Amino acid sequence: MKLDSKIPAGKLSDKWQQFKSEVPLVAPNNKRRIDVIVVGTGLAGASAAATLGELGYNVKAFTFHDSPRRAHSIAAQGGINAAKNYQNDGDSVYRLFYDTIKGGDYRSREANVHRLAEVSTQIIDQCVAQGVPFAREYGGLLENRSFGGVQVSRTFYAKGQTGQQLLIGAYQALSRQISLGTVTMYNRHEMVDLVVIDGKARGIIARNLLTGKLERFGAHCVVLGTGGYGNVFYLSTNAMGSNVSAAWRTVRRGALMANPCFTQIHPTCIPQSGEYQSKLTLMSESLRNDGRVWVPKKIEDAKAIQQGKKTALDIAEEDRDYYLERRYPAFGNLVPRDVASRAAKVECDKGLGVSPTGLAVFLDFSAAIERYGKSEAHSKGMENVSKEQIMAMGTKVVEAKYGNLFEMYEKISGENPYKFPMKIYPAVHYTMGGLWVDYNLETNIPGLFATGEANFSDHGANRLGASALMQGLADGYFVLPYTIGTFLSKEIRTPKVDTNSPEFAAVEAEAKKRIDGLINVKGSQSVESFHRRLGKIMWDYCGMSRSAEGLLKGRQMIRSLREEFYKDVFVPGTSDEFNPELEKAYRVADFMELGELMMLDALNRNESCGGHFREEYQTPEGEALRDDANYTYVAAWEWDDQEPILHKEELVYEEVELKTRSYK
Amino acid sequence: MKLTLKIWRQKNNKSQGKFETYQVEANEHMSFLEMMDVLNEQLIAEKKEPVAFEHDCREGICGTCSMDINGRPHGPMQGTTTCQVHMRVFKDGDTITIEPFRSTVFPVIKDLVVDRAALDRIIQAGGYISVNTGQAVDGNAIPIEKDEAMKAFDAAACIGCGACVSACPNGSAMLFTSAKVSHLGILPQGKVESSRRVLNMVAQMDKEGFGMCSNIGACSAECPKEISLDNIARLNREYFKASLASEKA
Repeated sequence: MKLDSKIPAGKLSDKWQQFKSEVPLVAPNNKRRIDVIVVGTGLAGASAAATLGELGYNVKAFTFHDSPRRAHSIAAQGGINAAKNYQNDGDSVYRLFYDTIKGGDYRSREANVHRLAEVSTQIIDQCVAQGVPFAREYGGLLENRSFGGVQVSRTFYAKGQTGQQLLIGAYQALSRQISLGTVTMYNRHEMVDLVVIDGKARGIIARNLLTGKLERFGAHCVVLGTGGYGNVFYLSTNAMGSNVSAAWRTVRRGALMANPCFTQIHPTCIPQSGEYQSKLTLMSESLRNDGRVWVPKKIEDAKAIQQGKKTALDIAEEDRDYYLERRYPAFGNLVPRDVASRAAKVECDKGLGVSPTGLAVFLDFSAAIERYGKSEAHSKGMENVSKEQIMAMGTKVVEAKYGNLFEMYEKISGENPYKFPMKIYPAVHYTMGGLWVDYNLETNIPGLFATGEANFSDHGANRLGASALMQGLADGYFVLPYTIGTFLSKEIRTPKVDTNSPEFAAVEAEAKKRIDGLINVKGSQSVESFHRRLGKIMWDYCGMSRSAEGLLKGRQMIRSLREEFYKDVFVPGTSDEFNPELEKAYRVADFMELGELMMLDALNRNESCGGHFREEYQTPEGEALRDDANYTYVAAWEWDDQEPILHKEELVYEEVELKTRSYK
Repeated sequence: MKLTLKIWRQKNNKSQGKFETYQVEANEHMSFLEMMDVLNEQLIAEKKEPVAFEHDCREGICGTCSMDINGRPHGPMQGTTTCQVHMRVFKDGDTITIEPFRSTVFPVIKDLVVDRAALDRIIQAGGYISVNTGQAVDGNAIPIEKDEAMKAFDAAACIGCGACVSACPNGSAMLFTSAKVSHLGILPQGKVESSRRVLNMVAQMDKEGFGMCSNIGACSAECPKEISLDNIARLNREYFKASLASEKA
């Protein structure tokens, strides 16, 4: 299969402008007759559905939640990037583009990333107009902060709840279209299969989660904004319901899965506390603006902390190793996520971890509290101030900046982070891989589009902080509404899709058989127990560091787990009722197939890049060692139950010179 | 810790529900929902039907979890959703009563799961700023005083869980509705259509069958995001103004 990325000709900086002026349009009278299905109502789905509705298309939007406002975009904390250069600190569209390409370790597509940087500024304007209450300066203008892997302040934020505020903005825009009748909303409907007719995506089968009934929906095209697949690891920062099934079902219908092994392990999460744990909670990367990461220098200190005999406060300044500042002086604590995560693992592997399990490092705010306290004292003209007073004033400043995150930490861990440094450890957070799409965000199945985290295109092998919100909204508000015209302009003569066709009947029958099959196994082990075991295999063999030997073993383990699942899973209840256990069961079944593909992809990529670290390929200092000569391509996989087939899209860098990524 | 759970079980909205009693072994580091997971794993191992409850992000922001714990929406902790309650607030030997949110406007779907679609319909009635994609001016073209922006943020922090309705003896959705009226009404971008917004949202709230507000304040006391009663005062003011002065009334 030849993969055509459909990147427009011309200079990189002109491509998108040029494309927009030449893309075929659909006239308003025709838009009214065209049906578009949008699956998922997170940032990428809701923004697309609302905007397509505004343009006049007939949109049907689907979510498995009880309301479109619940999507997991809501949990994003830190912020959204945009090349506004409001801070006059040297930012530009080019710099955002360059940072993203470099941050992604040179494994993303130049033209897509440049477009993302270009539309980033419009997103902020749009969100402000919708009423998103971003943080502001005293002068009433928008405030910014920094995120990892960059040297400018370009991140816009709303306390530690930026994702919530942006999603509510998109949800409100969507609600407006629902009330105007341009969007029909299907809550508690989960896509369980894709219907392809004459090679084009023409509809979906959705399960009504309240009744269990399979329902048919036809459209001229289908858009997936269904998010990522981090929950394949069981423990991740994803919501419990986040799953790969909608995307995976399209892979089973021929769509290609690109770079599935590129997963992001976020360095600052609250460590696991026990076997019962159901998910991990992120502490925003924005904390690394002010928090310093360290472990004890001496192994005996670390041991004492692990055994509860000492606390962080007992370790003298000279006995602390601020290892990020030591190893990466140029970026310090704000190195990109993959680098920070790996560095934490290195220290913990040496036995220097600081929790009972030995799997945690400190994130310490005392220096920042002192600095802010001194600055407050100075600005108030206070002299001879005691250390306590300074710390109290500084605490207030930190509280105003990160209060809700500190509260969340205290609720979960039971420790006061203003007094004791936070304990953090890396956890699965985001997946850069996803459905292969071309420049138009269209998959290799004509008429099937993917937006946001569900596609693979913009973040390469590692995503920079505050870029997921940017990409989700860029795709939904400003990219897809244009690029979808390339397909729909040729569909104006296509009549309404008839859901009584044999194609719909066949797909529905297959879905029914698959779902009923899970109920009928009537084994003895719970779905949850299989999911936990899958997660452990993924984390052990396809997590923060990978090796050929481990990946081969992991793949075999998943295969046998899958076999066991279909022989011994127990799903209570029936398929024609509200049955959350059954929902979990078919999602976990899909995760097992995806997990195998991730192992295969990681095994194929004989290099280390971004979040993909192969033990065999590292520099003497333990940094990732890329192989540009052989692996500057997108690995797009065609599913096959025995041996998935690899298709390659060569990545051509016209603008950026490939360099070893250095944050030293 | 050993706990006794009295949980509301109801097959669907047509059947009669009743309390069932369960014993569960938990530890203090678990979240409340992880304790529920332990119970469900136990029930599944006995080939019994697990307790249906809604949950998703488990970090207090999606607004999906929705149960009354010992008669209080989201349980005993101030400003905390059910998923953020940790078992360290309970003692060994405690009996915990768990029910679905209480409101006739939120019919029970199964066990602890209720239907809160009415809240979406209130937003659809006017809880937005009418701006199409691409129509916006530059983000810094509209300066907004920092404190005003913070006030709007505090109102916008509502997670739409419906705890306020469950807490209210009248079953009123005033706190929810007023949070949106305030969030958008405080900001200059949203002022333009504020009369229309407040009239339509209140009309929808009444149409759904939510009760009247009699300023009891249980809504705000139980709100996991501590949305202030000031918002209700602002809604009343805006509603009054719009009813008297606007031709739209």
